[in-house]
Amino acid sequence: MVEHEVIIIGGGPAGLAAAIGAREEGIEDILILERDNNLGGILNQCIHNGFGLHTFKEELTGPEYAKRFVEKVEEMHIPYKLNTMVIDVNKDKVITAVNEEDGVIELKAKAVILAMGCRERPRGAIHIPGSRCAGIYTAGAAQKFVNIDGFMPGRDVVILGSGDIGLIMARRMTLEGGNVKAVIELLPYSGGLKRNVVQCLDDFNIPLKLSHTVVKIHGQDRLTGITIAKVDENRKPVKESEEYIPCDTLLLSVGLIPENELSEKADVELSGVTGGPIVNESLQTNVTGIFACGNVLHVHDLVDYVSEESILAGKNAARYINGKTFDEVFIEVNTCDGVRYCVPKFINPENITKSISVRFRVGDVYKDKYISIYFDGHREIHIKKRILTPGEMETIKLTEAIFKKYPTCKEITIKVEGE
Amino acid sequence: MEEKKEITCIGCPIGCMLEVTLEYNEVKDVKGYTCLKGKTYAIKECTNPTRILTSTVKVKNGTTNMVSVKTIQDIPKDKIKECMDEIKGLAVKAPIHAGDIIVSNVAGTMVDIIATKDVPEHL
Repeated sequence: MVEHEVIIIGGGPAGLAAAIGAREEGIEDILILERDNNLGGILNQCIHNGFGLHTFKEELTGPEYAKRFVEKVEEMHIPYKLNTMVIDVNKDKVITAVNEEDGVIELKAKAVILAMGCRERPRGAIHIPGSRCAGIYTAGAAQKFVNIDGFMPGRDVVILGSGDIGLIMARRMTLEGGNVKAVIELLPYSGGLKRNVVQCLDDFNIPLKLSHTVVKIHGQDRLTGITIAKVDENRKPVKESEEYIPCDTLLLSVGLIPENELSEKADVELSGVTGGPIVNESLQTNVTGIFACGNVLHVHDLVDYVSEESILAGKNAARYINGKTFDEVFIEVNTCDGVRYCVPKFINPENITKSISVRFRVGDVYKDKYISIYFDGHREIHIKKRILTPGEMETIKLTEAIFKKYPTCKEITIKVEGE
Repeated sequence: MEEKKEITCIGCPIGCMLEVTLEYNEVKDVKGYTCLKGKTYAIKECTNPTRILTSTVKVKNGTTNMVSVKTIQDIPKDKIKECMDEIKGLAVKAPIHAGDIIVSNVAGTMVDIIATKDVPEHL
């Protein structure tokens, strides 16, 4: 069995940044395992611009953002294996992988960084009744067909879900000659950025039908149309409002799920809310020496934050190899009153240099409310927010100084408050 | 002649509804903004709306079928269709490097379309 110091599963934005972080902290022996035939992950098919504003202070396209990190990995001579699928990881950090060249291989790592990203929720996850005909794709699959392979999956298109990927694909299909008839959204508001609603839908006069859903799929071999309906306040379809839309393609943009089947095999404990591992301030999971970062941990809306988080995971994996331990738990971070989850779940203030970014999402749209952070019942942070939406991840930096103020703190609570 | 336009501000997630009053294509008044970003956006959007266009172009003899491209600067919004028509049917030969000019002065905009990724030659 070949041994390595750090093995990173996934060569997308998280894996690349984690590798760079580990090397910057002095680790020589690193290996990235990537299942696709190139590095960069999903960024390669995200050809639109708007990436990297925080990191590089300019707007890059997905491939350009990926290239900056791939080039750095190449410059640092960090080894990677492409076309390599990891099929097992256990808690002793033995990784089983397979590729055409090596066959089935077993590798042992001192530290593992989970960076497998997330995948799209499919039709089966939302239970749309009707026939099992061709012409129904996830938005990301359609994006790969159009942007990487160069063919259109259909002509008359309806998109279910108004998250950013759905909006981006509405524009993309239109530019390539498709007729995008509508974007259907179950909630009373779009899950995507305002900029995308304006530039992907309004620019092309594509209607956004809020509080609507698809109630039936029509077609034998190929999709011929869908029935949509308005939903009431309990998100139940209203029969009288049903409307038929003829179309040959339905794209689903109905959410992303962290891809953690491998993590579970290694006995990594997952959060019921995010679907990702429960980690501490150092991004270590409950299994000593296994770290997680990027969309496998929780779904981010900006790749810049994925890179920032992943560099930290890489550096901590390096510190672990150099003898540091991250197992002691001091403070538990809990969320309530509108805040759905936060990462990390546990904080040991001793492991914080300068500050730590606590990232979280709210469960509803809130206007003119406050984000409050309590240290054992003392409200230490109270920030007014003009708007909070589930589509925007919030980040609050907790400084070393705050933790010094509460040396005996056992619990931090994050909530949305009116006053 | 006075004309009223309603647009959504893209400056932040609030998405203020802006009501712009135009007279002979000149902005006379902007209502509904909560910060200066909104007012600036409304004026730009009503007098000279521009966008970065991103798309793909076919590749001959490359390791992938398509190369991703973008306009190196903003182009007028009403030129998007013309630009797409110009790159449709186009095929470029690998190898291609990110930054290579794929189309110069696309649709008479004085803006070039460049590649945003490398496509090595298929050997």
